[in-house]
Amino acid sequence: MPVHELNIPLGPSHDKIVKLTGESMTLNMGPQHPSTHGVLRVELHTDGEVVHDAIPHLGYLHRCFEKICEGLPYNQVLPYTDRLDYCAAMNMNFGYVLPVEKLMGIQVGDRVQRIRVVMAELNRIASHLIAIGTYGLDAGAFTPFLYCFRDREHILDLFEQVSGGRLLYSYMCIGGLMADLPEGWIARCLEFCDYFEPKIDEYNNLLSYNKIFTERTANVGVLPPEVAIACGCTGPMLRASGVKWDLRKDEPYSGYEKYDFNVIVGEGAKGTVGDSWDRFFVRVLEMTESVKIIRQALAGIPEEDISATIPKNFMKMPVGDVYFRSETPRGEIGFYIVSDGTKNPYRLKVRSPAFCNLSAVPYMARDQLIADLVIILGSVDIVLGEVDR
Amino acid sequence: MEIFNPLAPYNLPIIIWQTVWMGMVLGFVIVFALVAVWLERKISAYAQDRYGPMETGGWGFHGWAQTLADALKLLLKEDIIPALADKRLFKLAPYIVFAGSLGVLAVIPFGANLIGTDLNIGVYYAVALSSTVVIGILMAGWASNNKWALYGAMRSAAQIVSYEIPISLSLMLPVMMAGSLSFIDIIEAQRVGFPGEGYFWNWYLFRVPPFTFIAFIIYFWASLAETNRTPFDIPESESELVAGYHTEYTGIRFAMFFLAEYANMFIVAAIATTVFLGGPLAPAPWLNFIPGPIWMVLKAMVIVFVQIQLRWTLPRVRVDQLMHICWKVFLPLALLNFIAIATVAMLWPK
Repeated sequence: MPVHELNIPLGPSHDKIVKLTGESMTLNMGPQHPSTHGVLRVELHTDGEVVHDAIPHLGYLHRCFEKICEGLPYNQVLPYTDRLDYCAAMNMNFGYVLPVEKLMGIQVGDRVQRIRVVMAELNRIASHLIAIGTYGLDAGAFTPFLYCFRDREHILDLFEQVSGGRLLYSYMCIGGLMADLPEGWIARCLEFCDYFEPKIDEYNNLLSYNKIFTERTANVGVLPPEVAIACGCTGPMLRASGVKWDLRKDEPYSGYEKYDFNVIVGEGAKGTVGDSWDRFFVRVLEMTESVKIIRQALAGIPEEDISATIPKNFMKMPVGDVYFRSETPRGEIGFYIVSDGTKNPYRLKVRSPAFCNLSAVPYMARDQLIADLVIILGSVDIVLGEVDR
Repeated sequence: MEIFNPLAPYNLPIIIWQTVWMGMVLGFVIVFALVAVWLERKISAYAQDRYGPMETGGWGFHGWAQTLADALKLLLKEDIIPALADKRLFKLAPYIVFAGSLGVLAVIPFGANLIGTDLNIGVYYAVALSSTVVIGILMAGWASNNKWALYGAMRSAAQIVSYEIPISLSLMLPVMMAGSLSFIDIIEAQRVGFPGEGYFWNWYLFRVPPFTFIAFIIYFWASLAETNRTPFDIPESESELVAGYHTEYTGIRFAMFFLAEYANMFIVAAIATTVFLGGPLAPAPWLNFIPGPIWMVLKAMVIVFVQIQLRWTLPRVRVDQLMHICWKVFLPLALLNFIAIATVAMLWPK
């Protein structure tokens, strides 16, 4: 059901705005606007500072990803998945190799599983750091942004050591990994975990509990759980609305069932459950959970050959279709792959989390101030590479 | 009342002095802006775990010439006027903003006798002239024919006009205590008092303990809104309005806005210094060997430093919160202060 037909009573933040009548002005926010986080255009119908309607227009970064994949062998699709969500390229690799392995019936070894989990969680931290930093930037605080990027740099260094890349890694491959961990990497990764945990308090003191910041974000853009589910929101956005749904716990893959971690849900500590502050803070808390997972995954890592299960070629693919979903920093990424037995996928469809999360913006932005719209859009944490594909 | 006749020969020295003074003030403002921009970049850099400009200017001294290079770049840039802009207003706006800022400096005393003109209504003149900046900003926003610029201008007008009131009410406190609107008289009144002459506790900040201190705090925060600084940089909030009222400006016209912004920073700091912190007075008599202008600039720079520090620490408030702070917090507090000091001034005339 479309959002506007849901007829759900407006949240508390909507009550404070007195409706004034006047001529409405159409305002184009983007595609060059500094806080649309990429090339998104939002058409605003404004009355003074109040936004009555916000309609996102997509497609400025459309690169025909799904069509290109139909002309490429399965292993050559992989570098393109990096470019979906360039803030979390490891998670995108992860999300793609899992369905192909399911299609081919490959069972990877424990070492590969653990390394993949470590990479995915490291990249989750890196991605959440960008989300938190740019969110502070949206609220007008410049300094937390650079603190976040300072710490993200350590993760990028770790990635560079394993894959050679700092943004687009293509580190995972179907049935295994591109290369094994270099010598001393595990120690450096644990060193980073020790360094990083105290830094989270720094962000909290600088931003999360800042009075101005909480005033700006609490009770703004409240997303009730039923609307979040109706819009197909996933990831931190759904969890912030109080829905305990995390694929790592609910449909564990790649050995996530072995690790002990909590699923963070929004509690409305500063305002209402599902407000922008909750969405922000769920991400902050998820970083500590990711550090926990990394420590556990690295603790019992066995010595194995990581290339044992890599298929020699993709000439004899099983016929059929497969769908597999996994948890990225932004929510569920799902790959639906139809195979006709040739080396190329017959059809590849991506269910991208940020696209679905973005569909809740018109609901949340209704009758808000322009300043709040920026806060709402930032709290969704979209990556346009993945929205437009 | 004698009418000032600028053509009369005996007034010639005054005319020459005032022209020279304004030239000196203009030079000072430009040098101050260059230094303040450099300071802002360095302070923000050190607040953010980085170095800021390090290379420009040679001699390896922390990129001291970076703002010189930036200013040169701005002056040489193409001056773009949007095709659908109201060209006359668009060209005029930056100069009005800059003139409004610069005009206030005529009555800012840099020393006991070092002042452009000691107007007997100096405080009133400063408050009135700094309000004219709104006209320039509105003009810039409207003439740009850009919706974001218009939003910035409207926000700026609402904000600056609202914050004039707490600013004026806070400035009235020293005026009432000194019994004069002249900056020089206000400074002289801060020299004497109980128990010794020339000590810092005679400054109006410490004179009637809670009230003048509150007035200073209100003035400081309201002046941040007046100069569009964080956390009240709503008219030019880049994450919301791209660049606010000067979105469409480039080159030298943008430089004028920029210069006016930094001149404004100094002006509000200088007014705060003059009326609350004794202006060019030394904090203790044995420090009198350091000349007044140095004290004046030093004290003002401390306030400017706090302004910069706040900008790189705090997020931005929202428009309605800004108005809430002004009308429901600052204004009642300033009024209460006003009544209290009026009572004090009535019971114990100086």
